[in-house]
Amino acid sequence: MFGYYLDLALRSLKRNKVLTALMVLAIGLGIGASMTMVTVLHVMSGDPLPGRSGEIYYPHLDPLPLDYHKSEYGPDPGVNFSWPDAMALVSAHRAERQAAMAGGHLLVKPERTDLRPFYVDGHYTTADFFAMFGVPFVHGQGWAASADGAREHVVVLSETLGRKLFGSADATGRMVRLNDTDFRVVGVAADWRPQPLFYADASARVFSAADQFFVPLSAALDLKFDTSGNVSAWSSFDGDMKSPTVTWLQVWVQLKDSTQVAAYRQFLIDYSTNQKRLGRFERAPGNAHLYGLMEWLDHQKLVPADVRLQLWLALGFLLVCMVNIVALLLAKFLRRSGEVSVRRALGARRRDIFQQMGVESMVIGLAGGVLGLVIAQVGLWSVRRRPDDYAHLAQMDPSMLIGTLLLAVFASMLAGLLPAWRACRITPALQLKTL
Amino acid sequence: MPLRPILSSLRHHKLTALLLMLQVAVTCAIVCNVAFMISERVGQVTLSSGVDEAALSMLDSEMIRKGGNPQAQHAADLAALRALPGVTAAVAVDSLPLGDGESSYGACASAEDMAKAIAAHSMMQSGLCMQPAVFGGSPGEIGALGLHLVEGRDFHQDEYMTGTEVPTAIISKALADRLYPGKDPLGQSIYSGADKPIRVVGVVGTLLRPHLRESTSNQLAMIYPMLPNNAQVTYLLRSKPDDRQRVLRAAAARLFQVNPDRIIPAENMRTFEQMRGDYFQRDTTMIGLLLTSALGLLFVTALGITGLANFWVQQRTRQIGIRRAIGATRTDILRYFQGENFLIVSAGIVIGLLLAVLLNLILMAHYELPRLPLFYLPISAAVLWLLGQLAVLGPAMRAARVPPVVATRAA
Repeated sequence: MFGYYLDLALRSLKRNKVLTALMVLAIGLGIGASMTMVTVLHVMSGDPLPGRSGEIYYPHLDPLPLDYHKSEYGPDPGVNFSWPDAMALVSAHRAERQAAMAGGHLLVKPERTDLRPFYVDGHYTTADFFAMFGVPFVHGQGWAASADGAREHVVVLSETLGRKLFGSADATGRMVRLNDTDFRVVGVAADWRPQPLFYADASARVFSAADQFFVPLSAALDLKFDTSGNVSAWSSFDGDMKSPTVTWLQVWVQLKDSTQVAAYRQFLIDYSTNQKRLGRFERAPGNAHLYGLMEWLDHQKLVPADVRLQLWLALGFLLVCMVNIVALLLAKFLRRSGEVSVRRALGARRRDIFQQMGVESMVIGLAGGVLGLVIAQVGLWSVRRRPDDYAHLAQMDPSMLIGTLLLAVFASMLAGLLPAWRACRITPALQLKTL
Repeated sequence: MPLRPILSSLRHHKLTALLLMLQVAVTCAIVCNVAFMISERVGQVTLSSGVDEAALSMLDSEMIRKGGNPQAQHAADLAALRALPGVTAAVAVDSLPLGDGESSYGACASAEDMAKAIAAHSMMQSGLCMQPAVFGGSPGEIGALGLHLVEGRDFHQDEYMTGTEVPTAIISKALADRLYPGKDPLGQSIYSGADKPIRVVGVVGTLLRPHLRESTSNQLAMIYPMLPNNAQVTYLLRSKPDDRQRVLRAAAARLFQVNPDRIIPAENMRTFEQMRGDYFQRDTTMIGLLLTSALGLLFVTALGITGLANFWVQQRTRQIGIRRAIGATRTDILRYFQGENFLIVSAGIVIGLLLAVLLNLILMAHYELPRLPLFYLPISAAVLWLLGQLAVLGPAMRAARVPPVVATRAA
């Protein structure tokens, strides 16, 4: 029966080409616009560490004084950690793995005379970073925990930077000059770029470049390397990065299961209680919190408000297109009252009519979906041409491709529902008389 | 025109007409708000910075070797830059309107206000003090930027120093109006946490701060006679507008000759328009997107109207023939379809305007959008009426061409 309905649908659609084209165009535009924005939102709110994100957590402490008012324009200093707190959490070893980190911007002086000095972005961190986040290595490996304590001048380079500096993939054992200090390369990481760069300070451009280097946090602090993220102080700040009233570090921990999570949460509260007793913290210890990775990204609102607004706009657009299709299909189906009545008189059940009309809506949906895909690709292409930092991400993966087609078919079937229902309610006798 | 026959005929297409009305309503609501958002953003993007943008270009220079004497280096660099052919002025600055970095300080009209603001932990909250952006630069900055002094004078040579303990300042008109309402700002003192109050010696007209905030604070700015004293500095060059790219390249080459031990980031070698473009990049993206979707919506709605009207004309060919046969003129038929469209669109617009206001309220709550000015409502209503009439014109004219003889044929 399906084949027959398909044939009927194609015939009917061919009979009024202009109207069919209008319907396909309407659904195509609606699907194209909304899928463009859904894709952008999808890549921006995607999981940066698939398979691992469930075990990664961001602790939060509240060391701010009671009378502190967050500035409307400035960043929230409570998001980051001060040196004493970060070191306390890392050295407590209460999680499977834990690392403190801060973004850095360092001057590289290449040995090669044909390269001018240039700046690279990277992170200062502690030893567990690589194992915790599963950073893939091409050569060598991360540094040992002892290197943190000894403030060793060692560095992990990205493959790109390694190649740029030394022309070969294996740079381990070579020396790199960063801000006038020589660092020994212990590992070369494959170009690893979680999107978004969740572990970076929220003010960083989290959708842009990958980190090019990693050096021990202790060594960076020793050498007074500048941090590229927010440095927020709530009492006088004399440049001492170890001050307990300056936040600039991020701390991430890995916890295997819910008992570990619960224990860690309790540990944070105990730590805060203890600090309050010592007079360092003023606010309630219950403010301490443990965010899962995805929860943290949500909390940080990494997706710009503009992108959300665009999504709503695109969905509104889809809605108008759908209403449009419903009206056109309704007119189209009701116009065929005569034909429907003849089929009914010849024994077709209401269900059959409903199915026939459904197949016709589906054909329109499929055609609209294909057109929508083309329009979405054009839309994504134009998004990619924009200089915004997330723009280069705007690519459709296979699941989004299939999703687009399904959405188009679903939308047009939904739109066909009411018209098809109306069509199968047609009273044959009344219509046949007028034929 | 008699509306009664139209209404009674519409009763036979209740559902379809209702759907069309709904489509017009949703389109009206969205387009109304989108048009408002576009005009808001266009207003942002076209804000006047107050400086002579067309003549300005800039590049950053950062000395690699720390230490040394930055000021001596800046002086040597500036001398070399001024000697370049085509450069009419060159100054070293620490920040620029719509630029990358901003430093802002609390500024109060009196020491008491300052004390109150500090006690309240907020400069702006008390309403007594402002938080203007501060621009520092080498002598000649006012002239190089092309700023107009509406009152007072430029800085004297001996007022320039490093650090924020400056003796004098030139402030924007907006800041003068806020700090010293109804008074002559010249000679007034600014209390900003420095040891000694700063004397106002000049007032400039429009001057945008580096990072925009709400519209009332966008122009709160002061200029200090404060020499840049860092290894990193921005050199601002003034030249003929169409000569700027060449001047920039020549300037970078010349600076490397003066001292090769520096970094000049390529992405910050740009004209003022390029910097403005970078600053408003997201807004321009958004304007493009909003515009596309508004036009797309109107297009789809027009498609819907045309499609449906087409249908109705086909469906009623025989009735039209009968009407023509019993004396209706072509104009009558044309008017009939136009009237029908007008009725449906009008009903849609009425609902749409209500929806528009509702949507605006939601947007105000979630996206910090201001209230929709009411004049947008009649404009979008007019646009939709016009769109409806244009969309129905084709099918209506086809209907008007139906010959009376159709009446005699079987359906």
